[in-house]
Amino acid sequence: MQMPLPDPESLAKRAELIAGLKAIVPAANLVADQDGMRPYECDALSAYRTMPMVVVLPEDTAQVSRILKLCQALKIKVVPRGGGTSLSGGSLPLADGVLLALGKFNRVLETDFVNRCAVVQPGVTNLGITKAVEHAGFYYAPDPSSQIACSIGGNVAENSGGVHCLKYGLTTNNLLGVEFVLMNGEIVRFGGKHLDAPGYDLLGLITGSEGLLGVVTEVTVRLLRKPPMARGLLLGFPSEEDAGGCVADIIAHGIIPAGLEMMDRDAIHAAEAFVHAGYPLDVAALLIAELDGPAEEVDHLVAAVEKIARDRNATVCKVSTSEAERLSFWAGRKAAFPAVGSLAPDYFCMDGTIPRHRLAEVLNRIRALSKQHGLRVANVFHAGDGNLHPLILFDANLPNELKRAEALGADILRLCVEVGGVLTGEHGVGIEKRDLMPVMFSEIDLNQQIRVKCAFDPDHLLNPGKVFPTLHRCAEMGRLHVTGGKLPFPDLPRF
Amino acid sequence: MSEVIQPRNAAELTDTIAWAVEHDQALRIDAGCSKAEFGHAVANARPLDLKAMRGVILYEPEELVLSAAPATPLSEIEAVLAQRNQMLAFEPPDFTALLGKSGATIGGLVACNLSGPRRLSAGALRDHLLGFQATSGRGERFKSGGRVMKNVTGYDLSKLMAGSFGTLAVLDEITIKVLPAPEKTRTVLAFALDDAAGVALLCRAMGEPVEVSGAAHLPASVAARSAVDYVRNARASVTALRLEGPGPSVEARCQHLRATIGTAVATEELHSVNAVALWRELRDVTLLAEPRDRIVWRLSLPPSEAARVVAAIRANNPNAEVFYDWSGGLVWLSLPASAAMGNDASEMLVRGAVNNHGHATLIRAPSDMRARVRVFQPLAPALAALTARVKDAFDPKNILNPGRMG
Repeated sequence: MQMPLPDPESLAKRAELIAGLKAIVPAANLVADQDGMRPYECDALSAYRTMPMVVVLPEDTAQVSRILKLCQALKIKVVPRGGGTSLSGGSLPLADGVLLALGKFNRVLETDFVNRCAVVQPGVTNLGITKAVEHAGFYYAPDPSSQIACSIGGNVAENSGGVHCLKYGLTTNNLLGVEFVLMNGEIVRFGGKHLDAPGYDLLGLITGSEGLLGVVTEVTVRLLRKPPMARGLLLGFPSEEDAGGCVADIIAHGIIPAGLEMMDRDAIHAAEAFVHAGYPLDVAALLIAELDGPAEEVDHLVAAVEKIARDRNATVCKVSTSEAERLSFWAGRKAAFPAVGSLAPDYFCMDGTIPRHRLAEVLNRIRALSKQHGLRVANVFHAGDGNLHPLILFDANLPNELKRAEALGADILRLCVEVGGVLTGEHGVGIEKRDLMPVMFSEIDLNQQIRVKCAFDPDHLLNPGKVFPTLHRCAEMGRLHVTGGKLPFPDLPRF
Repeated sequence: MSEVIQPRNAAELTDTIAWAVEHDQALRIDAGCSKAEFGHAVANARPLDLKAMRGVILYEPEELVLSAAPATPLSEIEAVLAQRNQMLAFEPPDFTALLGKSGATIGGLVACNLSGPRRLSAGALRDHLLGFQATSGRGERFKSGGRVMKNVTGYDLSKLMAGSFGTLAVLDEITIKVLPAPEKTRTVLAFALDDAAGVALLCRAMGEPVEVSGAAHLPASVAARSAVDYVRNARASVTALRLEGPGPSVEARCQHLRATIGTAVATEELHSVNAVALWRELRDVTLLAEPRDRIVWRLSLPPSEAARVVAAIRANNPNAEVFYDWSGGLVWLSLPASAAMGNDASEMLVRGAVNNHGHATLIRAPSDMRARVRVFQPLAPALAALTARVKDAFDPKNILNPGRMG
């Protein structure tokens, strides 16, 4: 994966840059030595590492504004970083850029249970929000599996999901407001404690913009009352078709579970060997479902789902009768990635979404691709919403193996798009899928998105090299091409 | 500006807009025209009528997805969904009573981002828009999103299209998420609470584990106009909380909710037919539709501010009528069209009361008033500049619905 070549002019300004930053943040919040910068050289896409020119850790919005203004004046690139948990390289530094770390923005500013929202700084962890409000019976619903470590600012940038987004939506459906700093230093507020935008939905636009449109400095999130009960079901099937059919039937019955996950045989075996959760080893596919809500509703739905599963040939059908048992059903699924990871020196976690009903077909084709490329793949699937996580096993120490794993991953994502899905369901494009964007979008589609970028950051200083495969000058992008257009139907009657 | 252009398909639509771009010809985008008088008037523009671009293109109930052409009537979509016990969870309103014209289309709804009472729990229209194909004001056909909910590939332009009043691009294909319709609907009513107490009760109920899917408060004078007996004959304010879902669940939750409210406040329960009727009245703002010459505003506020803002407006205009939806997050306000009041002074009154807690949009007013006041909330300078640049990214010559949003 190629990153833009470091600009010698930027590198030449390093001393001037550092002097400028020293005037904005205390010395302790500026890291310019190799050892100090090392922890920032990569995120969770650890195969790719780059040391930035300097790392700066601002503590308030005014500092962020002044830092961006300085970088714009010097034409120096900026890469924002939250928890550093991105699986797509979203916060991979640039060698000729500043790494803007938001970790010091770690306070919960306000919890408002009347208006059911919380105002927090972007460096607060996803789970940290829930922890701040659970005493009052509330929680913040989107739950990416990295929630202990990922930051809410990063969640906004990636529009993160998680197991429960099937019922409760993604980050974008749970955000009320954001304070945002543009590359020219301007501070803008989108939304607030009220619902809906007064004009264009710019809040929706910047959510999932992967650090390319601005820097998040404050977040207002929607809180929900914690459901009084949650029960789990562990359902084993003799075939992937049966499991997929069960998912379709559940939806067709009008039931939207809080969570509905699927694991294939390889993933089940790996997880069981790793944590001994009690998963059945003789099934082709396992569904882990969660139903939450008021007790009467949960009991009603559990009975309905059980019947649906049995009608779809489920050979294993366990329903949790205690919180401990519910957690045990999830233990294997939560450990699936490290469990699969323990089978090989390295693994790639892919992230595509497909229409649910194509699942069995896609899994078969992934198996064929796996054979063709000579690398093992285990599959974990957010069955409820079609988001697929094929886990490609490889050994980066072997020559070419990283490239081969990436090639297999790319083929899998092309397959996702081919069957009517998308390249990424929750991890973001970052650098990982950047070069596959033309698989999903035409040049016109991409150029229209780039024009949006130009409206926010005309100099392309924020996170260049991520998401879009080619950089264009904004002036070029603005030009209209005269087409010699004719009104297309001169012989239609006039009204 | 005479002749109406009526493209039959996406290719003709794109060709038309490309032609308009080249000839600097502004276009007014029309579908059902039921909300033509919402927003500022589009002057000096040739009508582009999408009425031939209608029909459901794709509907897969088990995939919870439906795609349709922009001029597909809402009624057609809802009928198709009803056959499979599904719905548009964001509960799009029908403003026939309010604005006087029927014929809502999916394109118009998306352009205005209109959602009803269930927006509170299920999300707004923009939360259900999965993807689209459109032609920009540059005359280029482009797409964004897809047909799946879990999609973070590229910028979320669907959110931008929703509520952009046709000023960025003209949609030719709209893909939305659909959801199962609830099996049962009940509504718990509480009576005789003043505005502040009513909204406070709504907020309290939202914090209870009963999954409220509609939370509204009707002051007595507005409740008196309802067609639902229990509401009209209450002769008092009515605070309404909707519970939907499987039968046994709804029953149990109603009981829990009434127990939570306690016995100091009188409560009642509306069963399905009446419950559905009441929420439809609230969804469609029927109760403020008459008399037809009254000015109607829509305020978006944090619930904790709602009663106070309304009180400030009432202090200056005792003839103001309101009801609260979205647990107090949405206030529908009607003001008399009296010459003495001065229609324009109402803007200062309303915007002054709202201050910077939220925003206010003028929904219904005579065309001369809409020409003079700001229909949409004025934006802070940096936001206004950014908005202009975003518009420029899609429609640099300002040919699509120029001036519609001010």
